Amino acid sequence: MSDARIPLPFHEAAPRALDDGQLRRNLANVTSSIREKRAAMTSEMPDWEALRDAGKAIKEHTLANLGHYLEQLEASVTAAGGTVHWARDADEANRIVRDLVRETGTRDVVKVKSMTTDEIHLNEALAEDGVTAIETDLAELIVQLAHEPSSHILVPAIHKNRSEIRALFLEAFDLDPSELSDDPAALAGAARRFLRERFLTAKVAVSGANFAVADTGTLCVVESEGNGRMCTTLPDTLITVMGIEKVVPTWRDLEVFLQLLPRSSTAERMNPYTSFWTGVREGDGPQTFHLVLLDAGRSATLRDEAGRDTLRCIRCSACLNVCPIYERVGGHAYGSVYPGPIGAILTPQLRGAKQDGELPYASTLCGACYEVCPVKIDIPSILVEMRRRTVHKERAESRLPATSLIDAALRGAAVAFATPRRYEAAQRLARIGQAPWVRKGVLKNLPGPLAGWSDARDLRAIPKQAFRDWWRERDEKQEMDA
Amino acid sequence: MPRASLFVPCYIDTLFPEAAIAMTRVLERVGVDLDFPRSQTCCGQMHVNTGYADDVDHLVRNFLNVFEHAEHVVAPSASCVATVRHMYPDMAKRSGDPALIEAVDAFTPRVKEFSEYLVDDLGITDVGASFPHSVAYHPACHATRLLGVGDRPLQLLRNVAGIRLKDMPRANECCGFGGTFAVKNAEISAAMLADKVADVIHAGAEVVVASDNSCLMHIAGGLQRQRTAVRTLHLAEVLASQEGVPA
Ligand code: SF4
Repeated sequence: MSDARIPLPFHEAAPRALDDGQLRRNLANVTSSIREKRAAMTSEMPDWEALRDAGKAIKEHTLANLGHYLEQLEASVTAAGGTVHWARDADEANRIVRDLVRETGTRDVVKVKSMTTDEIHLNEALAEDGVTAIETDLAELIVQLAHEPSSHILVPAIHKNRSEIRALFLEAFDLDPSELSDDPAALAGAARRFLRERFLTAKVAVSGANFAVADTGTLCVVESEGNGRMCTTLPDTLITVMGIEKVVPTWRDLEVFLQLLPRSSTAERMNPYTSFWTGVREGDGPQTFHLVLLDAGRSATLRDEAGRDTLRCIRCSACLNVCPIYERVGGHAYGSVYPGPIGAILTPQLRGAKQDGELPYASTLCGACYEVCPVKIDIPSILVEMRRRTVHKERAESRLPATSLIDAALRGAAVAFATPRRYEAAQRLARIGQAPWVRKGVLKNLPGPLAGWSDARDLRAIPKQAFRDWWRERDEKQEMDA
Repeated sequence: MPRASLFVPCYIDTLFPEAAIAMTRVLERVGVDLDFPRSQTCCGQMHVNTGYADDVDHLVRNFLNVFEHAEHVVAPSASCVATVRHMYPDMAKRSGDPALIEAVDAFTPRVKEFSEYLVDDLGITDVGASFPHSVAYHPACHATRLLGVGDRPLQLLRNVAGIRLKDMPRANECCGFGGTFAVKNAEISAAMLADKVADVIHAGAEVVVASDNSCLMHIAGGLQRQRTAVRTLHLAEVLASQEGVPA
């Protein structure tokens, strides 16, 4: 990802988000209700575990033969009358789309909600040509009008409540306050009137894709509102930008993913709209179809044994909804299109900015994400591996003997734990060294990085006798008794 | 007579010896012949989970040497057992040393968390304990999600005489400790802890019990700071408790 406007690093953004009470309440409400529903929707399926295994297996097989399936996809799309473009990175993808839009001469583009085009900042790239890209997913539209990035993969405006949305609409749609209440139906109605006009006039639509079927060349978008379908059917030209990992071999494979995805993401048995299109058909729908296949770090991730599993992700956002960190700080704190647990492992791999090295630390490794992931990505293990890389990178870039106090402490501990003699010496030293901070048997106001602990928590002082000393004493006593 | 070697993680050895002592008492009471290899130090969990796995390769080798001849290795910490069972194989693989890989693969299945050892290996769910108090059980993340101990600790608790188990809302949610997370992302950790403390209080129990002192240390830290009357005990301490010998 090339991104000139990298936002605040996590350690600065997260505490700010924590202080935002409104955000915290919205997040807690939405995530807790979707958690419960997801749990209900998945537990009613007797073969849920088998489906997860199948989803994982299909993705693994596809990724292991990615070149083959992508070429097959290219051939099928071309045979169906579409044109396939290959983009090495974000810039190349943006250039391709800009050229295609320019050729049509239009200034307005309607967009289907798409993470991939957010990832490459396509809207900003189009704006450089004076082209306005209107997001047609209601929540995406809301964050677009607020000039904010989305904060949730699936519910981009999860951080906004009704009255905030009403204020945005009044301004953007130029309405009188008497014309709009904060009733959800009224808000949706206002957005609908605004969007209808765009659907009927737009010449070009841009979409992402949830899946692409290699053997038929069929693209698939899964959504809730039907606005995506408006975009994929009404305009003359449809441009789809898709990460190369989204391909699946056959139609049959969709049987698995179209069960896994809606239950995991919106906690629905089936999502309201599933659109498929295969090339172009005369007199029906867009007459020109372009598919842009985006690499942008994916093939590098694929080559990396430890990171590879990340590419199985179907962007369902279940891992966000169950993540206790995400629930507390929301998506913006991650400073990436991909927030939450998946973002914490994907962003360092795809974008790899310096500050992304701290994202894998935004987790307690509680494993809630792994437990729900429909394609069984072992996120905690990948987080640990990404942390290892962060440490290596920071050391390589630092000329100091330690990169931080925590780094120094851990290095010291690694040496101290090497032999039992050193370990026991360190144990005694800690027992003596704690004295300045012990108040009535409790450790208070600890120094250095430990202050983070003692700011909010007590800690009982280190007791006089370690277990090993107790054991030895008992052993000696037993020997004497004998 | 079953035999087992005690693996007492460094932080329990140093900070919470009472949990390991309790585990010793319970296991001896049910007839296990125990030894404690004194040359053990630390499994390296904190290092591995913070990204310092490459600094503690020697701890993996130490661990194997220390417990090489153990029939079973039992520990009062799910997260340290998870480190050995889940992280050591990765570390061995990265070392590229075939002998180490083989040794780790052969050895790690013998390392058990306390409740796993009792229920699976000894087939015991009633250890003859008595604990006439109300208890809320906190299912530690690494115990439930990484090791999959399931309801083994609860099976053991249900057979404790006089115990009153209380339901805790959102029991499965992480307490926010996460090792170095609690200092690296101290604010988020504190926010999670605040919610956990509220849930603990909501449960209305006298004692919070878990199978890991790390979560308990965190939860206790919050309970104490807020001057609540709820105390924390390791599962082993409750199981060690008997009439006349309370925890
Ligand atoms: S990592 Fe798994 S749970 Fe998270 S968004 Fe991707 S598929 Fe869904």
